[in-house]
Amino acid sequence: MTDTATTFDLRTTTVRSTNKALQAAGAPARSVITAPRGAHALACGLDSDIDVTIDGHVGYYCAGMNQHATVTVAGNAGVGVAENMMSGTVRVQGDASQSAGATAHGGLLVIEGNAAARCGISMKGVDIVVGGDIGHMSAFMGQAGRLVVCGDAGEALGDSLYEARIYVRGTVASLGADCIKKEMAAEHLAELTELLAAAGIDADPTDFTRYGSARQLYNFHVDNAATY
Amino acid sequence: MTFNPPLRESATFDRGVIAEIQRAAETGIYDIRGWGAKRKLPHFDDLLFLGASMSRYPLEGYRERCGSDVVLGDRHAEFPLHLDIPITIAGMSFGALSGQAKEALGRGASEVGTSTTTGDGGMTPEERGQSKHLVYQYLPSRYGMNPDDLRKADAIEIVLGQGAKPGGGGMLLGQKITERVAGMRTLPLGVDQRSACRHPDWTGPDDLAIKIIELREITNWEKPIYVKVGATRTYYDVKLAVKAGADVVVVDGMQGGTAATQDVFIEHVGIPTLAAIPQAVQALQEMGLHRKVQLIVSGGIRSGADVAKAMALGADAVAIGTAALIALGDNSPRFAEQYRELGSDAGFYDDFQAGRDPAGITTQDPELARNLDPVEGGRRLANYLRVLTMEAQTLARACGKSHLRNLEPEDLVALTIEASAMARVPLAGTTWIPGRS
Repeated sequence: MTDTATTFDLRTTTVRSTNKALQAAGAPARSVITAPRGAHALACGLDSDIDVTIDGHVGYYCAGMNQHATVTVAGNAGVGVAENMMSGTVRVQGDASQSAGATAHGGLLVIEGNAAARCGISMKGVDIVVGGDIGHMSAFMGQAGRLVVCGDAGEALGDSLYEARIYVRGTVASLGADCIKKEMAAEHLAELTELLAAAGIDADPTDFTRYGSARQLYNFHVDNAATY
Repeated sequence: MTFNPPLRESATFDRGVIAEIQRAAETGIYDIRGWGAKRKLPHFDDLLFLGASMSRYPLEGYRERCGSDVVLGDRHAEFPLHLDIPITIAGMSFGALSGQAKEALGRGASEVGTSTTTGDGGMTPEERGQSKHLVYQYLPSRYGMNPDDLRKADAIEIVLGQGAKPGGGGMLLGQKITERVAGMRTLPLGVDQRSACRHPDWTGPDDLAIKIIELREITNWEKPIYVKVGATRTYYDVKLAVKAGADVVVVDGMQGGTAATQDVFIEHVGIPTLAAIPQAVQALQEMGLHRKVQLIVSGGIRSGADVAKAMALGADAVAIGTAALIALGDNSPRFAEQYRELGSDAGFYDDFQAGRDPAGITTQDPELARNLDPVEGGRRLANYLRVLTMEAQTLARACGKSHLRNLEPEDLVALTIEASAMARVPLAGTTWIPGRS
């Protein structure tokens, strides 16, 4: 193994050949992708413990279904960054568009800037830490995992939430169906401290409020019909 | 002496309608059930084949070969599926179905060289192990969605809609959620598992195009990508699916089945399979991609005649769901007494959502599931698939066709004006196609 990073310059090579090289059994331990220029599906389907830095803005589904790899986007990310991630780490140093971390099962997604609507939608075990604000309907039908928001959250936060846990430092425009404010016990402060540290974000856990499911809608009952 | 006129049932408020009003008034909740539409709809029975006499030359039934194989997904994928018969098994989830049922489907399909399809809930090792060709569904819920399984699949089917409930999500009620099902779907035990009606990370056909590229990138451009839509605005949906990059389009008509959804949805949303096929074919033809992007049609396929008629209208293959379950033993008279104990009867049982299926098919109860022997079930399914194929071949030979794919609309006429207009074939004995001539 060498410390020298392998460079993939998307001005002279294709997304296909870059992804193929990064997905290969003998993928370079460290890579830099330059001139991404908003390319879609970049660094997706990675399946080994490699380190990939993307030097610029990316399009849709960057690092989709990531397993084991550490991917850093030194720019903004389009729709569905780290969608369905299973493990590893994806860090966006800028802002992310909608559906960041959608349906992701595991790993850590850090967005240092803001994330748009539907952040963590249908999340299934991933940890998402957002340095700024998130848009509406985030964590909709979130099943498992943790969503940390250091700024404000948009409308319908945590609508139809299952067991995902949400921590917000700023204001929440509105809570979705069956999502309620919950007590911050010591275990939650510890959990949040750990998540902020893993994300490398300096924030005081005691400033956050926890939200979760009231579990009133887990089984359909006609008396709850007006809630939907 | 008084005269008692014969009882006359209201056509508007017949006994079924009255019973449903009474049930709704009693429970305050709409009816949720499995199976597909029960009302009479224009269907393949409304079409007839024009067997050869003088102006056409038939093939010898037990002598001359009639091919049945089909290649699916050779537009972009490195490894398209090559199936021995053009009849595939539609997506049905482990969860809605028992493990034994999924295993039986895999065994039966593999025996005759065709594919099975996963469903909402992910891929089980048993299913992968028993299925020679396995299509992995990429569903809105993304329950159990795993890139490792994606790479193990032979094709990927992006599900946008289902014939029994276009625009609707799924609902696996808590009573069917065992520890294994809950684990696969990352949800608590016993909780109703609501499957989303839309994909969470894209909002339209332009996004779908990029999503398809992502799936191809993850699977090294090896696997065909299917896009499945419920039959509604079929002409436009097919065009958009193809434009987005689909290798195969699956159109599921209104007669398609479901594990559980609202009766009102099953009976009142979507268009009949018969009406959807010509729309899909027209869309493909206008794009110059008919037979290049393959069309799979599902929704109420029961017999070799249905298979042949769907193919004559322009489908490359069909998929069966409900019929496959019946072949395994669903609604079998063997369990008539148990069905009656559940307030139903053999041939009528549709409470798949309840998880009490005595045939061991639509259940997660291990005791009930044992009622289905997957080896025997697989044998029965294989037999049924062989019969469908032979029936379709028989009809094709009678039309002078040496391969099922050579069937064409010219081989068909319609019995009713409705079917003629929908299928776009002439009314029998005329040259009239309503809306065309």
